[in-house]
Amino acid sequence: MGGGLPQFAPRMNTAPASTVYRIPHPLPLDSGQVLEACEIAYETYGTLAPDASNAVLVCHALTGDQYLASQHPITGKPGWWERMVGPGLPIDTNRHFVICANVIGSCMGSSGPASLAPDGQPYAMRFPVITIRDMVRGLVALLDGLGIEQLHAVVGGSMGGMQALSLAANWPTRAARVLVIASTARHSAQNIAFHEVGRQAIMADPAWAEGDYYESEAKPDNGLAVARMAAHITYLSEAGLTEKFGRRLQDREAKGFGFDAEFQVESYLRYQGSGFTRRFDANSYLYITRAMDYFDIAEEHGGKLANAFAGTQARFCLVSFDTDWLYPTAESRHIVHALNAAGAKVSFVELSAPHGHDSFLLEHDQLDRVVKGFVE
Amino acid sequence: MTLRPDLAAIAAHVTPGSRVLDIGCGDGALMAELESASGCDARGMELDGALVERCVSRGLSVVQGDANLDLANYPDKAFDYAILSQTLQTATRPDLILDELLRVGRRAFVSFPNFAHWRTRAALMFGGRMPVTRALPVSWYETQNIHHVTVEDFRDLARMKGATIERAWFFANEIEIGAPAANWRAEFAVFELSR
Repeated sequence: MGGGLPQFAPRMNTAPASTVYRIPHPLPLDSGQVLEACEIAYETYGTLAPDASNAVLVCHALTGDQYLASQHPITGKPGWWERMVGPGLPIDTNRHFVICANVIGSCMGSSGPASLAPDGQPYAMRFPVITIRDMVRGLVALLDGLGIEQLHAVVGGSMGGMQALSLAANWPTRAARVLVIASTARHSAQNIAFHEVGRQAIMADPAWAEGDYYESEAKPDNGLAVARMAAHITYLSEAGLTEKFGRRLQDREAKGFGFDAEFQVESYLRYQGSGFTRRFDANSYLYITRAMDYFDIAEEHGGKLANAFAGTQARFCLVSFDTDWLYPTAESRHIVHALNAAGAKVSFVELSAPHGHDSFLLEHDQLDRVVKGFVE
Repeated sequence: MTLRPDLAAIAAHVTPGSRVLDIGCGDGALMAELESASGCDARGMELDGALVERCVSRGLSVVQGDANLDLANYPDKAFDYAILSQTLQTATRPDLILDELLRVGRRAFVSFPNFAHWRTRAALMFGGRMPVTRALPVSWYETQNIHHVTVEDFRDLARMKGATIERAWFFANEIEIGAPAANWRAEFAVFELSR
């Protein structure tokens, strides 16, 4: 893979800081295809109890990764939930063995489109289309490999919450507690629409080259950046954007009558977009957004969400944020109603936060208390 | 921990090991008591998010929801007991809530402040204004109690709904008093119903 800028393939091969588990059997997928020699890169924090009863699996969101509470090897930034996971924190690594694994289809060491296919070339678009349930199949295989029969808790926000729900619905004995934050049981038309904008931006970039860009100098960074910019807007609230940027201009006193990033909000989005391209693979973005769009737990269970959780013994906790318009409170409530109908033990709270969907990643004392109380 | 008298009466008469839904569970005091002392499987519903957060952070299963809307999703007879403490008088339609209680629970406990207590009557009769008393401490314009009810009103409603009053308890000055002349003497009432 020498020469050029094939950032993702070498990273996958060397798998920087993370441990990589190779699933010892072919992984069957919802599409009917099978993934051979599937690899899962993961990080752990804390110590697994001798009876393996203290494991907490944290599932990451669309563009997240396994660097939950440790420094990201590419950006050098702290882990994405370092304020939540650690010694004495709500998810207490003095008590719990916390696992976070890169989902399949992603690009931080787990098998994905940038990984090498059996023919020695990157899969690119030959990588099978996966679903959220397929991601969870990979995670369950990892738990098997780690000797963890039942998780003390599975925890996830956004797409991580989808994985937690999918685990609870399809492997009901594998988690005693299920904590789902700012998530949904199905992707709405609006959710799919925003993702389609992102995918079209990537595929419209000439450098995308039908996904075969791993060997070439040019990567579809422009398309990926636009995809990120569009998505990023959906993670924030209108009030949050107004508060942070308003109509303020960036590094100028007056309008320039041009198309530079004149407004602070434009500059911010461009920064978010370009920063993202340094750590994320465009094809992974296509695959993971597709998996989210396919997500509909009720559809997997005869069209009735309550059926998905019939007979479950797990305790559930759902949390939504009042300014989250990506996965609004109504989506969490819909899940709560289904869990009530299924007779499951469920808690639900809508928290107030100004920052929209991204609130689950930000400072929030009430969220901390809920997570601590539920996971403890 | 000392429970409010109406909650203590309910806690003392819930069969141990029951499945219980506490509607308007507040900070979860009754639920915690039922789980720890009676081995019950207690679930709660509460409108106030801050209270829900306190319940969840103490390990209780509580859903933020509105009793006027969110009871519909529970299956029939999903619980041995449905409990509505000090919440009936705040409901948009107390009669419909009572129907829902008796649908989701095999039995129901309902507690409420008695608007016909002599203090309330005296305050209205001699003061000529909406009573502000120990049992009803909030002025008419900001009280959450939008449907004041008396012991006799509640008995009538139960009869109209075809519910049987299994037992009743009455309280004044935080102390249980007898049933005679309860409509005059009781500040609070607790009823156990079935249908």
